[in-house]
Amino acid sequence: MELRRTELMPGVWLSYLHSDKFKTACMSLSLLTQLSRETAAMNALIPYVLRRGTTRYGDMEALSQRLDELYGTAIEPVVRRIGEIQCLGFYLSLPEAEFLPGSEDVLRPAAALLGEMLLSPATRGGLLLPQYVDSERDKLLDIIRSRVNDKRGYSLFRCIEEMCCCEDFAVGRLGGEEECRAIHYQKLTRQYRSLLQTCPIEIFYCGRAEEKQVISALKDALVTLPRGQIDDGIGTEIRMNALEEQPRLVEEELDVTQGKLVIGFRLGECMEEPDLASLYVFNAVYGSGTTSKLFMNVREKLSLCYYASSLVDVHKGLLLVSSGIEFSKFDAARAEIFAQLEAMRAGEITDEELTAARSGVASDLRSLTDSQGELEGYYLSQALDGAGCSPTELAELVENVTRGQVVEIARSVECDLIYFLKGGGEKEEEDEEDGE
Amino acid sequence: MESKTYPRIGETLFSARLPNGLQLRVVPKAGFSSYYAVFATNYGGAHRRFTLEGRTVDTPAGVAHFLEHKMFDLPSGDNALNLLSANGADPNAFTSSGVTCYYFQCTEKFEENLRMLLHFVSTPYFTPETVRKEQGIIGQEIRMGEDDPGSAIYYNLLGLLYEHHPIRDRVAGTVESIAQISAQTLYDCHKAFYAPSNMCLVVEGDVDPERIYQIAREELPQEEAEPPRADFGPPEGPLPLSPLRKEAMAVSAPQFYIGAKIPVAEGPGALRQHLTAQLALRMLAGRSSAFYARLYAQGLLNRDFDYEADFSAGTGTVILGGESNEPEQVLEELKKEVERIGREGLDPRRLELAKRSSLGARLRGLEDFDNVCISLAMGLFEGYCSFDAAELLESIQAADCEAFIREVLAPERLAISILTPAV
Repeated sequence: MELRRTELMPGVWLSYLHSDKFKTACMSLSLLTQLSRETAAMNALIPYVLRRGTTRYGDMEALSQRLDELYGTAIEPVVRRIGEIQCLGFYLSLPEAEFLPGSEDVLRPAAALLGEMLLSPATRGGLLLPQYVDSERDKLLDIIRSRVNDKRGYSLFRCIEEMCCCEDFAVGRLGGEEECRAIHYQKLTRQYRSLLQTCPIEIFYCGRAEEKQVISALKDALVTLPRGQIDDGIGTEIRMNALEEQPRLVEEELDVTQGKLVIGFRLGECMEEPDLASLYVFNAVYGSGTTSKLFMNVREKLSLCYYASSLVDVHKGLLLVSSGIEFSKFDAARAEIFAQLEAMRAGEITDEELTAARSGVASDLRSLTDSQGELEGYYLSQALDGAGCSPTELAELVENVTRGQVVEIARSVECDLIYFLKGGGEKEEEDEEDGE
Repeated sequence: MESKTYPRIGETLFSARLPNGLQLRVVPKAGFSSYYAVFATNYGGAHRRFTLEGRTVDTPAGVAHFLEHKMFDLPSGDNALNLLSANGADPNAFTSSGVTCYYFQCTEKFEENLRMLLHFVSTPYFTPETVRKEQGIIGQEIRMGEDDPGSAIYYNLLGLLYEHHPIRDRVAGTVESIAQISAQTLYDCHKAFYAPSNMCLVVEGDVDPERIYQIAREELPQEEAEPPRADFGPPEGPLPLSPLRKEAMAVSAPQFYIGAKIPVAEGPGALRQHLTAQLALRMLAGRSSAFYARLYAQGLLNRDFDYEADFSAGTGTVILGGESNEPEQVLEELKKEVERIGREGLDPRRLELAKRSSLGARLRGLEDFDNVCISLAMGLFEGYCSFDAAELLESIQAADCEAFIREVLAPERLAISILTPAV
């Protein structure tokens, strides 16, 4: 499988990957824009409003029936945050003609429908319909508010929000509640038109169709796309150090029976020239998967938690450790999470740990080539980084990561903030002195 | 092994039953880097009372799930999860009310990993100390489940629908029930339910099916044991025990599940019933249904609204739910829609669209190895082959779906479980 990149129109790039492995093809279209508090909620709302109806298929029922006709082709709004770039658009999954009665081709009509959704939404007087905007805004508000339902995700979100309080990254992919509530259909229409003109656009296709068929279907579907001055200056600001000398501590109370401890770190100077392979292996040794130090020690050996795992954001330069604990185990769990990092800094990484981490990450990368959804995410992220490395190539780099490279990253990271979600109404008399 | 091709979905399936009673299925996939294997037992949270060799055994809630956690311990002191991970595999397991599945995905050393999977699941090793330690870990997991709104609303619904079937109870049990589990309980249940005759192995990837057969013969016990018979109690009536339960929790907006019991068809009729239920629900409440579009536009339903017909441990349950500011209004609208379909019937054009869309969804489902393997495993325990679905789908008539909607979703059969935001 080899990725081919073509500029279809000014600032509109197609990443084409031919594959005969799958029963369905996948296509995605993303508008790329700088994440900012002012516009994030508006931008996030746009694909959802566009998904409500087009000039030809005026409401969801008509649109959904059209998708049923195309053998359950799915076109779903997608809003992502990759570093400080907000990516908004649609993800399509379409059955391959070979498995449909009469080998009916759905690529061309599906691309046409995507184009209609993006460029010819249902409007009145040139404005997005207020009833669609209002109803999607209320639903988006519900989603933003419902973050609190999933305590594990919520505690991660809150840790980032507090840690990156001076950065746009804190906004989250969907924007803030207040900005969302203020959305009005006239202003939203202006924002929509401006995005169409200025955003770089990334399109991804993976499936059985020939490249020229895909290009032709997309060019026809996007023929009315207005292109103005393309905003090429978007990017992510990476903060290398913690905000304060000592890690900040933020505690929050909610009606929960299990506490959530999240520790946020800056990846530090290793982000000056980030080496993806080493970062992934570092993360696997420390806290990702069942051979990691956090799992083996904090969970298995000391039974301090139900789960403890780490993740790295290689775009923004963050390391986050997330765990579920009993309230009373806060000090012990925190101390052990830091102790495991200290051990890595001191070079205490066994051959088994290193080998398991490398083979785990390499295996994940290789198996990624068996899933179109993951290929799509991988290549979008690569396109934003300007990197040109296939998952298989990256897997080979991962297999050659040394202990020294992992230790170097462990030494580079710096704790910025500790977030603890605990039960409400419980009086806990603990002093918060012992830092690390 | 016997092979059968399914040209409609572009797959070939190899099948065999080993002399020890194990059902084996292999789906070869040339060109893929991943391998997937699931080793499953027809034993879940609901199998609490059973007959074995003429003797009735009662066990506390949560044993199947507890056993799943403890199976990873090996007599050598190693943990199978770590051994598989160290070998580059991504192993895991889950327990539902009907089954326990152990599985892994990997890109290398597949045969080694497969041997390890078969070996550890067939090697019980428990001590009072490890059982005690696990009681702490699972106790935490149970508490976390109690905080989880999705889980609370689900079990509240089952509690409304089912009078005594053990599916009502949490798969993981309670802190009190798991306190009654001893190493001996685990040995007894392993002996009863983990005999190859009560299990199946499903493999997908770029493999030689005969090699898999050989490995399974080498690694597993040779003798065929009589599988235990589960006793889920007397049959449940069609009506719910009670129609409504509300509970306050830390959620941002009210959430609801509407449910009804399905009188279950057994054997080869099961797949047809599953497909009929799915098509009927798609036409009643799917994305392109008049019902969903109307309620969505009115702000009564969200995008997270979903529906399913869930068949497990001899039960069938329809569940429709999501977030809504007025769950009871949604229930009223649903009742009206069921009544309208009962009166006017279903539009044949809608049935054609539902079938097209369902075919597309099936093709999509075939992309996931775990979905393919676990569906095949579930089918084996229920007496059908999930690869037959694409073909069988075409034979389902509007009248079948109408009857399903009219009977199963009749107003008196519905119950609703609601979570409201705690103030």
